[in-house]
Amino acid sequence: MPGTGTRPLRSKQRRSALRTAAFMSPWLIGFSVFFVYPLLSTLYFSFTQYDGFRQPSFNGVDNWSYVFSDYPLFWPAMRNTLWLVLVMVTCRVAFGLGIGLLITKIKTATGVFRTLFYLPYLAPPVAATLAFVFLLNPGTGPVNTLLDAVGLPTPGWFTDADWSKPALTALALWGVGDLMVIFMAALLDVPKEQYEAAELDGAGAWARFRHITLPNISPIIMFAVVTGVIQAMQYYAQPLVAGKVAAGVIGGSGQQFEPGYPDKSTLTLPQLVYNLGFQRFDYGTACVVALVLFALSMAFTALLMRRRGGLIGAGG
Amino acid sequence: MSTRTHDGGSRSSSSSSSEESGSGRRSSRAVLHWVGVHSLGVAAALFFVLPFVFLLLTSLMGDRQALTRDLWPHTWEWGNYAKVWHTPGFLTWWRNTLLYAGVGTLLTVVSSVPVAYALAKFRFRGRRLSLLLVIAMMMLPPQVVVIPMYLFWAKQLDLSGTLWPLIIPMAFGDAFSIFLLRQFLLTIPDEYLDAARVDGCGEVRTLLRVVLPMARPGIAAVALFQFFSAWNDYFGPQIYASDNPAAWTLSYGLESFKGAHHTNWNLTMAATVLVMAPVIVLFFFAQKAFVEGVTLTGVKG
Repeated sequence: MPGTGTRPLRSKQRRSALRTAAFMSPWLIGFSVFFVYPLLSTLYFSFTQYDGFRQPSFNGVDNWSYVFSDYPLFWPAMRNTLWLVLVMVTCRVAFGLGIGLLITKIKTATGVFRTLFYLPYLAPPVAATLAFVFLLNPGTGPVNTLLDAVGLPTPGWFTDADWSKPALTALALWGVGDLMVIFMAALLDVPKEQYEAAELDGAGAWARFRHITLPNISPIIMFAVVTGVIQAMQYYAQPLVAGKVAAGVIGGSGQQFEPGYPDKSTLTLPQLVYNLGFQRFDYGTACVVALVLFALSMAFTALLMRRRGGLIGAGG
Repeated sequence: MSTRTHDGGSRSSSSSSSEESGSGRRSSRAVLHWVGVHSLGVAAALFFVLPFVFLLLTSLMGDRQALTRDLWPHTWEWGNYAKVWHTPGFLTWWRNTLLYAGVGTLLTVVSSVPVAYALAKFRFRGRRLSLLLVIAMMMLPPQVVVIPMYLFWAKQLDLSGTLWPLIIPMAFGDAFSIFLLRQFLLTIPDEYLDAARVDGCGEVRTLLRVVLPMARPGIAAVALFQFFSAWNDYFGPQIYASDNPAAWTLSYGLESFKGAHHTNWNLTMAATVLVMAPVIVLFFFAQKAFVEGVTLTGVKG
């Protein structure tokens, strides 16, 4: 009889499928309601004129052409985002690696040093940004007071369009503790024998770093770069708060202000979504910018998910 | 000092300890190396610590002095902290933040654990695809989906001006938490689970009795990260709570606090210290879980 042997097997399979579905159910619901549905809606709204009150009306690619050719804030925001991706991420990875190397070489009070290097990473972004706007205050801030005392130039930092992104980069370097921990763990995992063998061969410190350390930790560098790029794409609270506070805008609801102070230099793509959607009530156009952001971050995520050197690795 | 050993940290310099008979030149080079590394360490430590120091010093200055270039307070105005604490709204922001972070964290852990367990330990079709989608969701900037989500919560459910649009989604598994927990659960050997199953445990009991106790460090790391991401969240409260000050959180309120006291850097810095303090206190109680979590995301792929 063909049925008798397979029936228990089939019901067992069905039970295990049900079990999997039950365990996965919170995420299955979350994924559909908070990812698939809003993503499709965003795509739909991007082809409509919509202010949230009147029914959305289809207007073809009007929003798209407006964003790319006429919207005066889009390209500055795009350039700033690319600047942050290139400069801020590079500095953060290099500095994080440097601090990671340094901490593996420090032999006295290691725990104290490690804690000091790590703590700023925990500072809430809005609080840290406020602190930095104060510290880098051009007139009376402690940093410029110290720079002045030793005869160095005292830039305008958050009030000077040329210095606002470097100031944000300094803030990002202050919070490099997460990368320090990741690099430290990776550096301690490099097999010691390789260093000993290289030393016997007479390799100097630089040669050992280049030919042993770097190849061993290159997956971690890759990880730090790609996650850094994705963070740069999402960079929101710090540039917004820095711009608002430096411009002296009173916080609170409904405040209209020209975003990106000074001179659009702290404007990023996520801020445009907020500006278009929640200050100008132009949801259709906001959705175009949201989709540009989506395309960029998914492109970088795809890099992260490559099988080799990717995030999934063992057991994936 | 070359005889000091440290948990795997001493590498390039440790080799000199085995050659103690080496020339004086070698040991003087080791001294130089030690001095160089430690002066760099102190310089770096200053970079990380000085902002905190200036923050604290300014928070203790009088109103006038905070507007000058002075670095050291003339009088120590501890009352600044009381003033900030009693600012209307400040306690409400605390309560709201604790509610958002506390309830949200609990919901996230409860809903993410079973998903992570299934992804780490069940064999099923579409497992790899599910994992890829979890990662994609983890990498998604919240701004991408905010317009339809706002319309959904505010216009359809009329929950604008409350914390519910921030808290409720946390009951449906958080992508980052699922990913982190899954990485952790992969390190638990299958033999333990098989043994429990042989003893007649169902999957639910295996998860509750065997896996959960072993996964405690991973769960602690996830809970901490989730707590702080809610504590630090600025975008969510700005979207959903900005038009109702009674629903503001610390991150969002802090910025408007600066707006309302735009000349009082001392009070603003005192408020900043009060917002940073809980995070730092919690860190000292849970250092291991933090560091474990950060390492888990990056290194154990």
